[in-house]
Amino acid sequence: MIPAPDPVFSSVVQFAQTSLLLSPELASRAQFGWTISVHILFAALSIGLAPFIVYFTWKDVTSDEESYTRLREFWIKVFAVGFVMGTVTGIPMSFQFGTNFPQFAEAAGEMIGGPLAFEAKMAFFLEAVFLGVLLFGRERVSDRTYVLSSVLTGAGAWLSGFWILVVNAWMQTPQGFELIQRNGMEIAKLTDPIAAFFTPRMPWMYVHMINASVISVTLLVAGIAAYFVWQNRESKAWNTALRMAVVLLLITAPLQAIHGDAYGRHVADTQEQKFAAMEAHYESGQADLHLIAIPKSFDALTDPRTDNLFTISLPAVGSFLASGGDFSAEVVGLHEYDENPPVALVFWSFRAMVGLGFLFIGLALWGGNLLRQGKLRESTRYLQAMMLASPLGFVALLTGWYVTEIGRQPWVIQDVLKTNDAVSTTLTGAEATGTLVAFVVLYIALLTAFGFVLKWMIEGELERMGVREKDRSGRPRMPWVKGDD
Amino acid sequence: MTSLLIPVDAYLVESLPTVWFGVVMFTLAMYVALDGMDFGIGMLYATRNDHDRETLLSAFGPIWDANEVWLVAFGTTLLAAFPAIYSRLLSERYLLAIAIVMALLMRGVAPELREQRDDPEWHRRCDQLFVFGSTVTPLLLGMLVGSWIFGTAAVSLPSLLTGVGLVALCLTSGAAFLAAKTSGQLSADMVRYGTLSTAAYLGGVVVLLAVVYWLDPANVRALLLTLPAAAVVLASVVFGVGGVAAARQGRHKLWFGAAFGLSFLLVGLVATLLYPTIYPASGLTIDAVVVSPLALNLTTILGLPVLLLVLWYFKFLYGTFAGPVDGEGYGT
Repeated sequence: MIPAPDPVFSSVVQFAQTSLLLSPELASRAQFGWTISVHILFAALSIGLAPFIVYFTWKDVTSDEESYTRLREFWIKVFAVGFVMGTVTGIPMSFQFGTNFPQFAEAAGEMIGGPLAFEAKMAFFLEAVFLGVLLFGRERVSDRTYVLSSVLTGAGAWLSGFWILVVNAWMQTPQGFELIQRNGMEIAKLTDPIAAFFTPRMPWMYVHMINASVISVTLLVAGIAAYFVWQNRESKAWNTALRMAVVLLLITAPLQAIHGDAYGRHVADTQEQKFAAMEAHYESGQADLHLIAIPKSFDALTDPRTDNLFTISLPAVGSFLASGGDFSAEVVGLHEYDENPPVALVFWSFRAMVGLGFLFIGLALWGGNLLRQGKLRESTRYLQAMMLASPLGFVALLTGWYVTEIGRQPWVIQDVLKTNDAVSTTLTGAEATGTLVAFVVLYIALLTAFGFVLKWMIEGELERMGVREKDRSGRPRMPWVKGDD
Repeated sequence: MTSLLIPVDAYLVESLPTVWFGVVMFTLAMYVALDGMDFGIGMLYATRNDHDRETLLSAFGPIWDANEVWLVAFGTTLLAAFPAIYSRLLSERYLLAIAIVMALLMRGVAPELREQRDDPEWHRRCDQLFVFGSTVTPLLLGMLVGSWIFGTAAVSLPSLLTGVGLVALCLTSGAAFLAAKTSGQLSADMVRYGTLSTAAYLGGVVVLLAVVYWLDPANVRALLLTLPAAAVVLASVVFGVGGVAAARQGRHKLWFGAAFGLSFLLVGLVATLLYPTIYPASGLTIDAVVVSPLALNLTTILGLPVLLLVLWYFKFLYGTFAGPVDGEGYGT
């Protein structure tokens, strides 16, 4: 006979099931969102570092400047560690379509399978193979082959981004297919590959993402270079790197704002619901443009609306921008839809991204002005500002992705398949919550490790410059080592 | 316009779905052969002292990441050609699939983090993670493949035996690679370990097939008695025994070739047991789940030539890093 369950035990179990476990759908979305957030940082690092690596390698091989050897070695090492992190966090991405969203993988297999397979075969292999040569082959291949390896590694990163964004852009503005029945399921059958690969969103997304990656890495390079210049104003290598970064930022930061403005109009044309969420526009009709939105109460953080926000707005300019010139154009409001994306996340992410974008333009202009006056290395305040700004490019990039991906909800494929219908039917809340927690723990450890590696590399460079000495044992201490060892 | 370039309503050749089943199996075989060798290095790493460990990492460094990409190639090729199988294989073995990617993550980052720091305590921790990831990944991967081909639950006697068999095979590949790359005591030890692991692998395959014959999950028994399956098993014995014989005569490269062949034979057995029913648990056949002609034709035209190019990359990579290795890296 089975003994009656202990009432305390069963109430604990019930509490765990009702309060601690997420639904399979929410846990799957959170898990995909979290794992892609970490992965995209490393993917962007590869894409953004690629031009720097190619340039430093080329200068190192063609000139006798010792400073380029140092810059090449330092940044290839960052690239290598980032690439390993990108690989190990990328493999979970390529399997989570199957583990968590099998209905999506099956329904969209013909549309996304090809591009994802091309990404692996055309891009990922290219990057991985030639990075091996770049890292370990300096003495084993000719100068020409070595420079070519840096170009092919970078090309792999950029091509990888291309195929991944072909998939993502198709999910935003799907075309080139028809819906048919197969094995008792409605699936998208490919009818026009050119339309499916080159969707209306594709060029917008590719330019915006590549440029965002370059800006993020430029700020990282600038911040690290600024730190070294601050520590040693005479450092030839790091002054070169800082100047390069400021010039690159002067080109890329304004470009992103101009491009982003036009991209926003494209979103208004193709994804009205997302555009409304970006502006928290509830009632259909003429839309204002909120230049600045400040919450008047805590509610505004979770539920932004015109009545709980203090806004500086341009009346009807929202309509003007969305329609490309008509102040009275009607912008569809969120009240028109049964289900909406989490508006607050989209609204505030969008504002964070745009605000940071303008900050980067300001930093670029400030740096450009100092560069023109020849005072870049002397301005301690600017060097410190760049150090503080060094991770912010990645923050802007992430918030931009949240606008794109969370703004598309409740759809996984816009107007074709809802996320809720894509989630695995065999997945339990306990499994999904468990793996979510495991991914959170594991990836926090990974990010921490990456942070330490960067810190150690920076300390190593300081020692090499003679700015800092090692401690008595001849090596810096580990975090868990206490006292003298 | 597309119809002028690519046939829309018919496969380029009638047997194209079968060709792609072959390509999927080929990518899996490349993964098992190449990254299997990396797993073997990672497991044998546990038996070495600090000096030898540096040597092992030097051999592992330039190649492992490129080898690992074959897993992504396998997953995405499966998705591109047979999306319904990709979905079922992963979603019906959820925890196993997630555990594999996590174990792979540990294997991948551990050696990269190790070299960032010259500290024995740090090295010890990274080494543990490296050996753990290198051992657990092939075990779990074998379980995934075993439960796929025998149509069982993720954890079953046949799936566990497949996992153990794959671990033994990876040990053999790693030992053969290291024997060819090193010299002296290290190389001699690898021959010894490789002999043991080959015996364990061949014994394991026999036990696995006996168990499967006895349990008969998803009606596999009839398939085991066919000529292709018997031929693959026989060839495995020939390659295994022949490889060990070559190793004992000091012909390490020949042994490495034999170990590579053993990996392909294992996947050949997988293909034999699956074809034409690609998903035994629900009896789905290749023809029932293959994507439409246009999609597969496109993947063929854009993807297959690139796959040949990738093989050339690997020839270049392994050529660049050919020759013996020591703790300082590759000798010049």
